[in-house]
Amino acid sequence: MTAAEPAVYRLGEFHPFESAGHRFVYLVQSAGIFELDEVSASVIDRLARGAASSQELLEHATAAGFSSDDAVGTLEELYSAHAILNGEVRAPDGIQHVPSHVPLQTLVLNLTNQCNLSCQYCYEYGQDKLATPEGKPKFMDWETAKQSVDFLFEHANRRSPAQITFFGGETLMNFPVLKQVVEYARGKANEESRSIGFSLTTNATLLTPAIIDFIAGNHIGVTVSMDGPKEAHDKLRVFANGRGSYDIIAPKVRELIARHRTRPIAARVTLTGGVTDVIGIFRHLKNDLGFHEVGFAPVTTSPDRLYAINEAGMDAVLSQFHQLADEYLQFALRNELHGFSNVSDTLAELHQGINKSHPCGAGFGLMGVGPSGDIAPCHRFVDSDQHALGHISTGIDRAKQADFLNRGHIASKYDCHTCWARPVCAGGCHHEAFVRYGDTGHPNLHYCDWIRGWTGKCLHIYGAIAAQNPSYLRHFAERRGE
Amino acid sequence: MKHLRAINTKAQHIDDYLTSQREDVVALQGQAQPKPGTHVPMGCSFVFSPGWEVDAAGGTAGLCTPVERDIYDCWFTCYWPAQVPDHLNNAPDWISKCASATKDWRSLDLVFP
Repeated sequence: MTAAEPAVYRLGEFHPFESAGHRFVYLVQSAGIFELDEVSASVIDRLARGAASSQELLEHATAAGFSSDDAVGTLEELYSAHAILNGEVRAPDGIQHVPSHVPLQTLVLNLTNQCNLSCQYCYEYGQDKLATPEGKPKFMDWETAKQSVDFLFEHANRRSPAQITFFGGETLMNFPVLKQVVEYARGKANEESRSIGFSLTTNATLLTPAIIDFIAGNHIGVTVSMDGPKEAHDKLRVFANGRGSYDIIAPKVRELIARHRTRPIAARVTLTGGVTDVIGIFRHLKNDLGFHEVGFAPVTTSPDRLYAINEAGMDAVLSQFHQLADEYLQFALRNELHGFSNVSDTLAELHQGINKSHPCGAGFGLMGVGPSGDIAPCHRFVDSDQHALGHISTGIDRAKQADFLNRGHIASKYDCHTCWARPVCAGGCHHEAFVRYGDTGHPNLHYCDWIRGWTGKCLHIYGAIAAQNPSYLRHFAERRGE
Repeated sequence: MKHLRAINTKAQHIDDYLTSQREDVVALQGQAQPKPGTHVPMGCSFVFSPGWEVDAAGGTAGLCTPVERDIYDCWFTCYWPAQVPDHLNNAPDWISKCASATKDWRSLDLVFP
């Protein structure tokens, strides 16, 4: 028998960062964010140079001028928060099987798979499409829509608000059914004393004063797909004859924003090879058109498409994101809303300390329904036979759902297990993974550096707000990243 | 926590949890994780529960609940090893003449098995 080894401490799994002269750690196991005081920072710095026994750490701290009480207390706190470890090896957690009846929260109704635009990058119709709409209905009929509402009410938690999101194709090409759904679901919610919310995504081409009034009167959240000023927008967001759609939608968007005052209105920008002037696009949509929020996402595509953004392009995008994020921070410190929703979405997740088993709610809290009534993990998989998770008339195919969720679980993405950004990323979009790698459960390795860069930036901003204007964080208490 | 300051909601949960773990043993409160704050002793004079039980030999060794359960509270806030009568087995009707303990406590008797 050998004598017991002296206890040896080493660093746990965390991402350290500094902001506004303060030092923080983002703990990867828990997604907790703690600020370090001088003693704890000194212990962390010592351990960063290599493992040490408690005796060595105490000597280090007292030599640096701290009392031994403080040193002992620091070790206890760091250890109990898992910022430092003491010999134990943490095996990665296995897949926690999702309980079979997670309440549904959001149902996305793809009211139609038809669209009056022919955006070349469209994931529904473009070169990377997964949908197999042949022989299926092009428009959702009222019967299917009604069944979907009943389905949502049956599977949602009675006590928390349910959400219906309308999507397409172009959502407003099936406005009559949209209207019926809102009226029916609202009546049903009133009858059952439940709460229901609505939102929709549109390309804005078909907005009319009557439709705007209906949307505003029913507090329907609106996201407009729009890629910026005319030149950028018209590059790919075109009608079938190749004509750009900017001139048609700009006045309609202005009218929408002027008349719909009950919910913030968001623009959703798809960045592509030729459209990467993030700041110019943001300024135009926010200041010239008046959107309350603007969010950006690089196009989902195979890397070899003409409109894909190359690595240099992505770097340029990230550096502009950083610039806008710095601006966001200045706004936040003055208690003003900036509107760059990529920052607010990430800050909301960081603030709540969300630690995801899956990149998003697709397949359990959120599902999509296609015009045919097929249930999909989300709107992006609608009309794809390969990914259907059942049918609205027969319910969810639990075996397929379990397969989808087990694939997408962070525990099965080995590449992610050493990444500190996994609590917020969890491997990234299932749909993007399928387009890139042919497997919804494959981690999106092509944007790892990007995600870490962006998460690091948002942590920096979060730390600065926490240090300099903590009351601003109340904006994120309830907001959920989407 | 003194050296780590919880910044986000999750960190606050961790802090609360660790604080609750550092509380003393609180079996009498009947909560697995009591909220941090003032310790309210149950089963002692704070809540006016008069009377205690002895066993056949006049001692407390053979009682139905471990005497340590009470000793804790008596040790922590008091000095007296209080024990309530065993309402399940030996004294189901112990309080039947005592609708309000503060008024009717005289009708409570000692319990002799």
